Amino acid sequence: MIYKVIAKSEFKRFTDALLRDNTSFGPRQVDTDSRGKAVYQFLPVTSSDDVAFDYTATASSAKHFFLPFREELSRFVFQDQEWDQQISYEGNPIVLIGLRACDISALNILDDVLLKGHFPSPYYLAKRKNTFVIGMDHLPLPDCFCKSMNHHTISTGFNLFCSDIGENYYLSINSSKAFNFLKECDTRDPIDDDNCRLVERRKIISDSFRSEVDVTALPSILDIEFDSPVWEKWGNKCLNCGTCAMVCPTCYCYSVEESFDTNLKGATRQKKLYSCNLVDFAEVAGGHNFRPKNGDRLKYRYYHQHRGFAENANQQICVGCNRCGRACLAGINPKDVINDLRMEKESCLTNISSSPDRI
Amino acid sequence: MKHRGFTFEKLKIASFDFTCCEGCQLQLANRESTLIDFLELLDIKNFRELSSEQFDDYDIALIEGSISRQDEVERLQAIRRQAKTLVAFGSCACFGGVNSLKNKFSLKELVAEVYPGMKVETMPVKKISDVVKVDLSIPGCPVNKEEVERVMVNLATGSLVTLPKHPVCFECKAQLNTCLFELGEICLGPITRGGCNAVCTTGKTPCLGCRGPSEEINMPAFVELVKARELSLDDLQEKIAFYNAFEGFSNHEA
Repeated sequence: MIYKVIAKSEFKRFTDALLRDNTSFGPRQVDTDSRGKAVYQFLPVTSSDDVAFDYTATASSAKHFFLPFREELSRFVFQDQEWDQQISYEGNPIVLIGLRACDISALNILDDVLLKGHFPSPYYLAKRKNTFVIGMDHLPLPDCFCKSMNHHTISTGFNLFCSDIGENYYLSINSSKAFNFLKECDTRDPIDDDNCRLVERRKIISDSFRSEVDVTALPSILDIEFDSPVWEKWGNKCLNCGTCAMVCPTCYCYSVEESFDTNLKGATRQKKLYSCNLVDFAEVAGGHNFRPKNGDRLKYRYYHQHRGFAENANQQICVGCNRCGRACLAGINPKDVINDLRMEKESCLTNISSSPDRI
Repeated sequence: MKHRGFTFEKLKIASFDFTCCEGCQLQLANRESTLIDFLELLDIKNFRELSSEQFDDYDIALIEGSISRQDEVERLQAIRRQAKTLVAFGSCACFGGVNSLKNKFSLKELVAEVYPGMKVETMPVKKISDVVKVDLSIPGCPVNKEEVERVMVNLATGSLVTLPKHPVCFECKAQLNTCLFELGEICLGPITRGGCNAVCTTGKTPCLGCRGPSEEINMPAFVELVKARELSLDDLQEKIAFYNAFEGFSNHEA
């Protein structure tokens, strides 16, 4: 990693050139909600003026730039008795500016799942390799809990990360591409004062968290609580709409559909991001459903998020951005569900034997 | 049509209108990019919006509209006797549709208002499945042509015909739309069957549920969220009743 300091005015010049010359996406305000709060999404940007640098968090994550909501995996072309399968992995180079530390952590987790397993995904790889990621730090929202998940800071997975230290940005340069781009700009090596400001900025961010989720030993608690009534309680609130998984930066589960073209001369195999909260997620041929109840489906989302699967070495994949919690119309959020689950077990603490007296 | 040793027969199809606006049938002639390919799948036996020729040897009957007169009942029963596959086509056929708003008033009152001084035979609106057995439903106001194409391709190739089971929200999120509840509106997206690509909500118009309930809707939780946001329960009731698509659910405490 190389560290540099750049004046905000010079950074604007840098981003103007970068965003003008590349297909770029960054946070933009799309609406103001009924409580007067700005709503942001990652959308196309062509200059630094388009980018809402002071944004809080986008409603949806940046996941779909790497895992599109719908993606054609292959095409089939029929000719006489034969057929051809056509597969294209190409991803066009893009610039993503303004990702938060938790968003970049989410990409690192997706890298683990989709690139480091036995069957790396060439579709994902092409997009990931072709994306220039610029991160920006931010003060957490009251419901952000990425600090609890240890994803409020980041040291890998981006090309460039900008920490706001007042008049300047403190740049963490993590790729030769970013270093070469910045050669054209006026930057300097950090001096003592810059380093102090960076440490102070990080401390302010770290001290600003208002939400905490106790995730110690959560995987084992989830195992113990498999039959907990907590699942039914929260499941009864669930609308089965799949919104949580759609806005989540790490939910990567999908379904695959094959369909004929209308002219019957070809066919397509499409992947679409899906959600374990949708009623037919675990439905198999013949109509049997392994998880017919809301609570069962909700439980599996929490298991995948907070207990992990073998594909990612049983690591939690939740980064604590709370997008699911914010988007859920039914008010289901990781903080309350997990705390409820912990309380459920803690309510029986009075029954265990007391510690032996100290000698 | 031949493909890898299989021969596909063209679908002998007929399209009929009952109490409706004929807008769903018009969709059949829409989506020009694939229209020629689509028509290639079909042997149209009876469809007055496309051809003046009429034959009675159809296998598939698309039924648009609801039933609101006795002569419609008889005509529908005759179609049922001929059709191997009878399709309720559009929200009026599937649920009664907007026409069902009529059922809130007495017939006498209605005739006096709409056809004053005329002798008009009418009866309360029924959906198609209230009168005859329905083999397949394609909901929507209007139907989504892309979905209709998919269904016809599946019928032609003998594949399973299914409708999406997820609600509109799921597709709305893929469009990066701001939730209309966040903008202070009541939207039926969380309880309505997807497959429309969230076309209304993408245009910032709340979903009115034209595609009917999605699989396993959670009406109590939905009513709860409307209450929690202090939105009007009357507005909710009006939206739910709009297409008459939530019959089994609409009596819930709202």
